Amino acid sequence: MKDNRAEAFDSPSLLGNLLRRLHVDIPLFLGLLMIGGLSFVILYSAGGQEMQVLIRHASRMGFAIALMILLAHINPKQLQTLSPLFFAGCVLLLIAVAVMGQIGKGAQRWLDLGVFRFQPSEFTKLSAPMMVAWYLAEQSLPPKAKHVGIAGALLLVPVLLIAKQPDLGTAILVASSGAAVLFFAGLSWWFMAGCGVIGVALLPVLWHFMHDYQKKRVLTFINPEADPMGAGYHIIQSKIAIGSGGINGRGWLGSSQAELDFLPESSTDFIFAVFAEEFGLFGCVSLLVLYLLVIMRCFYIAVQAHDTFNRLLAGSLSFTFFVYVFVNIGMVIGVLPVVGVPLPLVSYGGTSMVTLMAGFGILMSIHTHGKKHPV
Amino acid sequence: MDTRFGYKDPLLEGRIFLSRVVAAFVLIIVLMLGLVVRLIYLQIVGHEHYATLSKDNRIKIAPLPPTRGIIYDRQGRMLAQNLPTYTLELIPERIEQIDQTLKDLQQLLNISDEKIELFNKQRKRNKAFTPTPLLQNLTEDEVAKFSVVRPYFPGVDVYVRLERRYPYGELASHVVGYVARISEQELKALPADEYRGTDHVGKIGIEKTYEAELHGTAGYEEIETNAQARAIHTVSTTDPIAGANIYLTLDVDLQKVAYEGLRDYNGAAVAIDIKTGGVLVFASRPGFDPNPFVSGISAKEYKALQDSDDQPLYNRALRGQYPPGSTAKPFLGLAALEYGVTDFNHPLFCPGYYRLPNSEHKYRDWKKWGHGSVNMNEAIMQSCDVYFYDLAMAMGIDKMHDFMDKFGFGRKTGIDLVGEVDGLLPSREWKKRFRKHAWFPGETIITGIGQGYMQATPVQLAKATATLANNGREITPHLVEKVVGKDSTDYIGDQEPKSLGLNKQNVENIITAMTNVVHGPRGTAGSLAKGIHYHIAGKTGTAQVFSVKQEEKYNEDAIDFKMRDHALFVALAPVEDPQIAVAVIAEHGGHGGTVAAPIAGDIIEAYLKSQKGGHHER
Repeated sequence: MKDNRAEAFDSPSLLGNLLRRLHVDIPLFLGLLMIGGLSFVILYSAGGQEMQVLIRHASRMGFAIALMILLAHINPKQLQTLSPLFFAGCVLLLIAVAVMGQIGKGAQRWLDLGVFRFQPSEFTKLSAPMMVAWYLAEQSLPPKAKHVGIAGALLLVPVLLIAKQPDLGTAILVASSGAAVLFFAGLSWWFMAGCGVIGVALLPVLWHFMHDYQKKRVLTFINPEADPMGAGYHIIQSKIAIGSGGINGRGWLGSSQAELDFLPESSTDFIFAVFAEEFGLFGCVSLLVLYLLVIMRCFYIAVQAHDTFNRLLAGSLSFTFFVYVFVNIGMVIGVLPVVGVPLPLVSYGGTSMVTLMAGFGILMSIHTHGKKHPV
Repeated sequence: MDTRFGYKDPLLEGRIFLSRVVAAFVLIIVLMLGLVVRLIYLQIVGHEHYATLSKDNRIKIAPLPPTRGIIYDRQGRMLAQNLPTYTLELIPERIEQIDQTLKDLQQLLNISDEKIELFNKQRKRNKAFTPTPLLQNLTEDEVAKFSVVRPYFPGVDVYVRLERRYPYGELASHVVGYVARISEQELKALPADEYRGTDHVGKIGIEKTYEAELHGTAGYEEIETNAQARAIHTVSTTDPIAGANIYLTLDVDLQKVAYEGLRDYNGAAVAIDIKTGGVLVFASRPGFDPNPFVSGISAKEYKALQDSDDQPLYNRALRGQYPPGSTAKPFLGLAALEYGVTDFNHPLFCPGYYRLPNSEHKYRDWKKWGHGSVNMNEAIMQSCDVYFYDLAMAMGIDKMHDFMDKFGFGRKTGIDLVGEVDGLLPSREWKKRFRKHAWFPGETIITGIGQGYMQATPVQLAKATATLANNGREITPHLVEKVVGKDSTDYIGDQEPKSLGLNKQNVENIITAMTNVVHGPRGTAGSLAKGIHYHIAGKTGTAQVFSVKQEEKYNEDAIDFKMRDHALFVALAPVEDPQIAVAVIAEHGGHGGTVAAPIAGDIIEAYLKSQKGGHHER
């Protein structure tokens, strides 16, 4: 104990010491800062070289980091205790939004609290895996069929409510975050294979329940050229931007496609296309490596955790971060349908960054509270 | 560690978890490699192809929004039109000293500081070669003022746009509706290709119901741009197709008669052309001026409209639900005749009250001393309540419900306006489902005079009256006569009326009794008969806003205006060859005969006068 303390004060970096005291995991934080820093570089170009955009992005990031540090401070034991309550609250809010949406007769994701508006579905990205992890932590693992069924049912409630809003992107993220918990808990491979088969068989049913614009997106994904001026426009323009970047890219601020307004949503969901055009294949691979490093650190934290709840939650949060990256880039480069998922930590727009950083805050809390620390 | 479902094995759990993390990591690496492969395919293999496409990506598609269709009344008067409005716009890159220019313009045209600020904000968002608006809705004067000095202001110009205007303002506001800026939610539901250049959409009324027809088909321009996205020249143009013009069956003159007739009251009037189902009058008072909504009504103005006690935004004719009161009597009388519960001439003694056997409760007649011996003809003419209490008990709620349902009570009329409501026609099932209670006989009694749970909208009453006048053939009221597109004209409401299969003699008897309401010796709307050369059949009604206690007397002068009864009147005319059916409701008007009937009479008079050969000799 004493040695630890001495070591901490002896550490060459005062900043490092401060961060440790703040329960911040330094390697993870460094990785996030690098991606965050890069986001400013890309946004400046994609957002039409507008300082205003950067300032707003910075203030959101500041808020997100503050939230991350706050959550890093909370003992994961407390998080575990609060999980069911947090989850129930999210489901209630989702129902409230659905009811108000019924009244408003249209897509409704926001709950207006007068002072500020928020999307309850964002919180669900955290509360759903927390709930499933909380439930499974009580059971003996690997989970029995009954427990898998209950966990699945728990998960289905918010997923259906969100898909109904309709917000397919968020629904997929919430579903995968919960499924990831089951996976890390040791869900049998056979079961997963069975689910896969059933899932494929159910695709036509899902198709039946999709909104017209969602169907259109899928059809466009299969054949974007069919509607080059309508729904296929995004994907075609995005591929042109990426492809024209080549190996080395056109250089910073060199993105002709975003600059000329050919690429829609160039600073939000399709920002990766701008990045790919300006920084080429080298840039893209470097960004992927950066994401991979963050994911590796997250997995390291997950493996280091000893408590079941912590482990499952950490595993799920890490994997969900990857799902974010994969779904966004996959959609921008045309291997996945367009489902409105932002590029994590880079896309312009506040809510997703705040949730992601909150997730990292939880990871840091799991890591820093798990071991002995200078107080 | 003991849990409810067995034993936890931390060692096993740890091993499983580690293996799963490894599996997940392998999956991630594989998927990431997949992304890289795809990137290599796009950026190395496809680079040349996409680079060429990118270079050629100079053709932009600029949408050309269609002109919105015009809405006319039945006589071709414009209810909604498109007027040019002038906007002062600046192209920042062509202006050398923008601050000085703004200062000069501000002085010249008296522009507020807020507008300058707003402009500067917007300018920063736009590209330097994009025209950015500084001042909207310039008056002719301002346009002239600027035109004189225009040569000294390079990069500043006045642009003309078309804006929706409603020349009749509040008169037909609920029918015509208005357009306003497309909300984010609406944008999702609208066809994106068609609305790329449009920023207004119909929000209520005909503007909303017929949005698809009025909007038209968007055109587009293919523009070649240089590397800076500046337009160089137009490659091709596909012209937009203007929206279809819509001709209503509504008559502005009659609408005015109704709207002005209601001036002292909140209320509604609906008149229907019996032969076609075309709606001649659809008035809801108070109305509101739809014009501010087009350019964006201020939050303050909107709040004032919303918070007003008179609820001007509320379409009473379509959505107002009122107890029909005695206006329901002709229909209930007809029901009794059709079911054979009584015949037209069978008399009943009215002592001024009705009492169920073994009950002390008195259901009172509006006439304290009673009507004496009355048959159905006299009961409708004098609006005897006791007669209908007795009839209702004899018929029972089930029969009453089934028959009134045929006439369209309790369900939407199907008029071509969005937002119609059902009204309420009570039944045993309804009460069990929504009130969780069994039906009481007392409720049958008051339903017999159109009180209690029963609620009808003005358009329902008008439709039911038109159906009666049409010899029991049900029509669907419609506001649009025809939709005139570029190459085609669609007639709306060309429909075969559905026969309810009623006995003709019964219908005639009821209309005779209703004629006596107006022309009979003691009819409740006798004042209408003066000075007309044709016959009107009508029925007065009074809808209770609150109920008087058993031994209290309803004293009109003593009670607050807001507690006073609603006045109703339904009518059809001329009796000899029915052409128009009318329903009028004056909220808190007191008596149907004195307040609502004259308004209906004026509408009928104006309509018959406007029809060729519409004077029917007595």
